[in-house]
Amino acid sequence: MIGLLLPSIRATLVLAIATGIIFPCIITAICQVCFPFQANGSLAKQGDKVVGSELLAQGFSKPEFFHPRPSAAGSGYAGEASGGTNYGPTSRKLILGDQSFAGIKQEAENYRKENDLAKDVLVPVDAVTRSASGLDPAITPANALLQSKRVAKARNLSESQVQELIKKYSEERYLGLIGEPAVNVLRLNMALEALPKGTRQAE
Amino acid sequence: MTLIGWTQIFLFALILLVVTKPLGSYMLKVVEGEKHILSGVLGWLERLTYKLFGINPEKDMTWIEYGQSMLAFSLISMLFTYAILRLQGFLPLNPMHFSTEQAPAYATALTPDLAFNTAMSFTTNTNWQAYSGENTMSYLSQMLGLAYHNWISAAVGLAVAAAFIRGFARRTAGGVGNFWTDLTRSCLYILMPMGIVYSLFLAAQGVPQTFDAYQVASTLEGAKQIIPLGPIASQEWIKMLGINGGGFLNANSAHPFENPTPLSNFIQMISIFLLPAGLTYSFGKAVGDTRQGWALLAAMFVLWFAGTFLCYQFEAIGNPNMQDQGVEITTAALGDSGGNMEGKEVRFGLANSALFAVVTTDASCGAVNCMHDSLTPIGGLVTLLNIQLGEIVFGGVGSGLYGMLVYAVLTVFIAGLMVGRTPEYVGKKIEKKEVKMAMLFVLAAAFSILVFTGISTVLDFPEKSFINPQGATWNNVNNGGPHGLSEILYAFSSATGNNGSAFAGISVNTPFYNTLLGIAMFIGRFLMMVPVLAMAGALAGKKHVPATSGTFPTYSWLFVVLLTGVIIIVGALTFFPVLTLGPIVEEFLMNSRRLF
Repeated sequence: MIGLLLPSIRATLVLAIATGIIFPCIITAICQVCFPFQANGSLAKQGDKVVGSELLAQGFSKPEFFHPRPSAAGSGYAGEASGGTNYGPTSRKLILGDQSFAGIKQEAENYRKENDLAKDVLVPVDAVTRSASGLDPAITPANALLQSKRVAKARNLSESQVQELIKKYSEERYLGLIGEPAVNVLRLNMALEALPKGTRQAE
Repeated sequence: MTLIGWTQIFLFALILLVVTKPLGSYMLKVVEGEKHILSGVLGWLERLTYKLFGINPEKDMTWIEYGQSMLAFSLISMLFTYAILRLQGFLPLNPMHFSTEQAPAYATALTPDLAFNTAMSFTTNTNWQAYSGENTMSYLSQMLGLAYHNWISAAVGLAVAAAFIRGFARRTAGGVGNFWTDLTRSCLYILMPMGIVYSLFLAAQGVPQTFDAYQVASTLEGAKQIIPLGPIASQEWIKMLGINGGGFLNANSAHPFENPTPLSNFIQMISIFLLPAGLTYSFGKAVGDTRQGWALLAAMFVLWFAGTFLCYQFEAIGNPNMQDQGVEITTAALGDSGGNMEGKEVRFGLANSALFAVVTTDASCGAVNCMHDSLTPIGGLVTLLNIQLGEIVFGGVGSGLYGMLVYAVLTVFIAGLMVGRTPEYVGKKIEKKEVKMAMLFVLAAAFSILVFTGISTVLDFPEKSFINPQGATWNNVNNGGPHGLSEILYAFSSATGNNGSAFAGISVNTPFYNTLLGIAMFIGRFLMMVPVLAMAGALAGKKHVPATSGTFPTYSWLFVVLLTGVIIIVGALTFFPVLTLGPIVEEFLMNSRRLF
């Protein structure tokens, strides 16, 4: 019995220190030198102030900002509680909602109202569904374009100016092949904020 | 479905096919202690490790000695992790002060049953998570308690697969190899070099790697947002490559900090299948006929493709209940950003989400980049059935190969019955003991999944009771109707299959579920590994039977078809009734617009 347990105890200690302490420390050291921006959370800053992470969605509800997808992380976009709704396809709450939860029906109505869309305009599905992480930083280009009119009006910009920005911040597929086109909402909104105010161009 | 979606899926398959052979020969060289590219550079470290372990690397173990070492090592490692988790409040590298009095308001307590469940979960390579990483675990718990297990449970899987391969390859041998050398070489020559490259790649893509505390940002609209951080990259790679699947953060590979870009996602999917694909070639080479390995790989590819097609197809069709609300869901209009986007991320889209869901359940990975609970009924059925078939489609590191070989043994046995000959597989006679062990392997999993699911649909406890505060055990689900049953069924399938993914709407952090799921994980790991080792021992002792004209060639397409058939029939006969009550009936109800 001792002959069996002793190597097990020694192996546990040796491998735990090697894989659980030494390995992550070496990797941390390399990453902090080679990729300090990414290794520290891809923080987005305005001056010295940390306003979020470029990789994480944050809540936007004012009309002058592009809005991310709805979120099920905590009370919405909570970094400490990532996750999805986990509602299945036949969930009444998911589709119709209740007092505490806006279902897809209500999300679609809100989206139409906010963006002044006619009743028969279909809402892109990513705008009314919650992502898996609750922190999905991106929306589809189709979703962004439908919001551009509202944002342009609220910022006194021309629609084409806003749409140009959308184009600039659309991430294409990797090598034209892998992934899906996506617009990073925080980067786009920060670019809007960086524009000089009231520069509406003649249309 | 879209053309570009399918192009990505085929690219994925192509890359796997290309790397199978070089990787497989390298892995075989490593476990057999032959000279290879790294043995000169790291040989001193290997010898030093044996000295520190205090073992004799030359000793050839019988299957019983091998199994005892494996079990003793697993037990000690599990107790070690349990202790780390329970003591994390007193240990360093806990910048968020979890399990102390200064813990933030959102912290979850690491109770004894949660620590037991987690330790069992990581020891068995299940990586079921009844907790959310970012609000429960200190950095030390993640690194030393959990990432450590990601390494060694993968290495133990490789070791057992190596022993099983030796059972077929050796002739009239007493032993099946040495557990400690298999373990050490797997860690040192296979996992570590890949880990360095892979974790740096992930960090470059945007996965954090720091010991600093969480950041607090004040957003553009003036709200406070907590940004969780930690040594994530150094854990993320082994979570994928070791087919563990236990995420640093709750949302797992859907979280932008674990899987930031489409490229990182693509590499993560490949790394799930990488080692098991290579092992099929190692097996063929070890038994002296690489066609045997390719035949197993072919059966795996057939089952993988069928699952991917179904899942992708139904996710692309989407949910008509959403369409009714004036929502555009067609892939004709939106490409792979249409379909069922609930619980999916925009940067991955449909093809990469469906492929990930299939790959992670084909293998016993359990990492997720979309929420399986929100998949369409048939999409969810595919993931569920993949796990229930025993995760032999590529499967876990090691466990996939030996699971597939158990089915290969059953297949030649059934073929032998049909023609009335003693079955043989790769030159070994398959007799009473092997078939008994194979059946034990199949029945243990079915028992654990079906009986525990059954129990959990009928047990009624008083409300607010200690054992299950929700009261009756079926109250823990967050979806009504057949989907609720699917949630319970998925939990026990995932635990028994050592998968670790979930229909995560079910609240499982209660003493009842933590304990019962912990037992299911134990059955799924060790009641599978021990029969496999017993089979290896029995096979190793046998003479080699030369192939004659009457031998059923187990490298032919006929064998691949028969093997696939046996897998589907065994799986379907066992699980079809309960799947009918869950996802299948849900599909019909969804299309007739019934909501629960």
